[in-house]
Amino acid sequence: MKKQLMVAAIKDGTVIDHIPSNKLFAVVNLLHLDRMTSAVTIGYNLESQELGRKSIIKIADKFFTDEELNQLAVVCPNLTLCIIRDYDVVEKRTVTLPDELHGIVHCTNPKCITNNEPMKTHFHVHGDDRNALKCHYCNTIIKLDKIKLVEIKN
Amino acid sequence: MEKRSLVTIADHSREKIEYLIQMAEEFERHPNRRLLEGRVVATLFFEPSTRTRLSFETAANRLGARVIGFADPKVTSGTKGETLKDTIMMVSNYADIIVMRHYLEGAARYASEIAPVPIVNAGDGANQHPSQTMLDLYSIYKTQGRLDNLDIFLVGDLKYGRTVHSMLNAMYHFNPTFHFIAPDELAMPEIYKQFCRDHNIRYVEHTDFNADVISGADILYMTRVQRERFTDLMEYERVKDRYLLKLDMLSKARPNMKILHPLPRVNEIEYSIDDDPHAYYFEQARNGLYARQALLCDALGISLDEIRNDKTIIS
Repeated sequence: MKKQLMVAAIKDGTVIDHIPSNKLFAVVNLLHLDRMTSAVTIGYNLESQELGRKSIIKIADKFFTDEELNQLAVVCPNLTLCIIRDYDVVEKRTVTLPDELHGIVHCTNPKCITNNEPMKTHFHVHGDDRNALKCHYCNTIIKLDKIKLVEIKN
Repeated sequence: MEKRSLVTIADHSREKIEYLIQMAEEFERHPNRRLLEGRVVATLFFEPSTRTRLSFETAANRLGARVIGFADPKVTSGTKGETLKDTIMMVSNYADIIVMRHYLEGAARYASEIAPVPIVNAGDGANQHPSQTMLDLYSIYKTQGRLDNLDIFLVGDLKYGRTVHSMLNAMYHFNPTFHFIAPDELAMPEIYKQFCRDHNIRYVEHTDFNADVISGADILYMTRVQRERFTDLMEYERVKDRYLLKLDMLSKARPNMKILHPLPRVNEIEYSIDDDPHAYYFEQARNGLYARQALLCDALGISLDEIRNDKTIIS
């Protein structure tokens, strides 16, 4: 069978590749793609040598900030991002979970100072397998799959 | 002046803990000085805690400092909706150091990040209470002559007890063996047992509390089993009297064994024990004064050498 690109190319914008298919909708929600006015192409359950099944998102005329990209790393630690300008990949980067997260994740402890004072949250990645976050202020530990994200105001 | 806030004992190395203990020893020898004359200490108690506040204010007063602050959060602008940041920034204009008790967890860390003056954490919710830990360590050192290689038995509410959790964080430098004695509902949480395993700290868990179980203790650290911690009150009724220390349970105790308690006590230590040589909880509270004198001076950048060469001692 002939291998071919199953999702159309875009002129300018961002391509997010290697999304594990079970995380696709988390990424869609995180980036508020449902509110996007430009063209968004989503490929779901495509064949992938690395992941078995992967998903891919192409967003025309949209370039993300570091703050938005850090959020992605919290849900999917190993995404590949391509920045496209005039049909060419001008930058390729892998999103990885930073050691510290500022203002990205809510603390789940209602008695934490961050939930009671107008201030940014601050978490440190915790554990040998880096699968949890520890609140810098109240020391609450939250597993990555239980986190609640701070909404980014556009 | 270097700004040196105290948020948690976990920030301190073994050397720093030993240094602070030596400082506390100096203050025990001569508690009355004019070392802090001309300084203003603010005690901000967003949550009432008479015992801790009196101890800090006595420490400041005996060193010649002036004390400002509030003991009752109802009189502050916090009730008018003022943020913690605004209160801290305002008081920083007046005081050289802020001793703060707050009901929210992480409040002390946050205050230390925004304040231009040092913050001393006098308890932030269920999180940290480092001056209590420091006086516990000083009491252990004074009664045992060392902090290394001790058998420390923690009894009662090990689930919510902030003092016992801080004890694990502070003692891990000193190769202790811990014994956790608690009902299942109030057992030491897994996260702290994991901490022990990660740092090669030995621990043994018990649900029985009797003369044989505590016969190997150097330190018997009692805490209160509080009714409001239980979701099942039947369970509370069943276990509440199982963790009371009675005089006859001391029959097999080591001669050097001392009983500590962060106080207030309700009924968990029989009153007849107060006169027993193993009882140490009232002296422990007095040690809090010297430990807090050390913490205030250290936060203000006053060194052990300066305290040893201090010419302001009042006989």
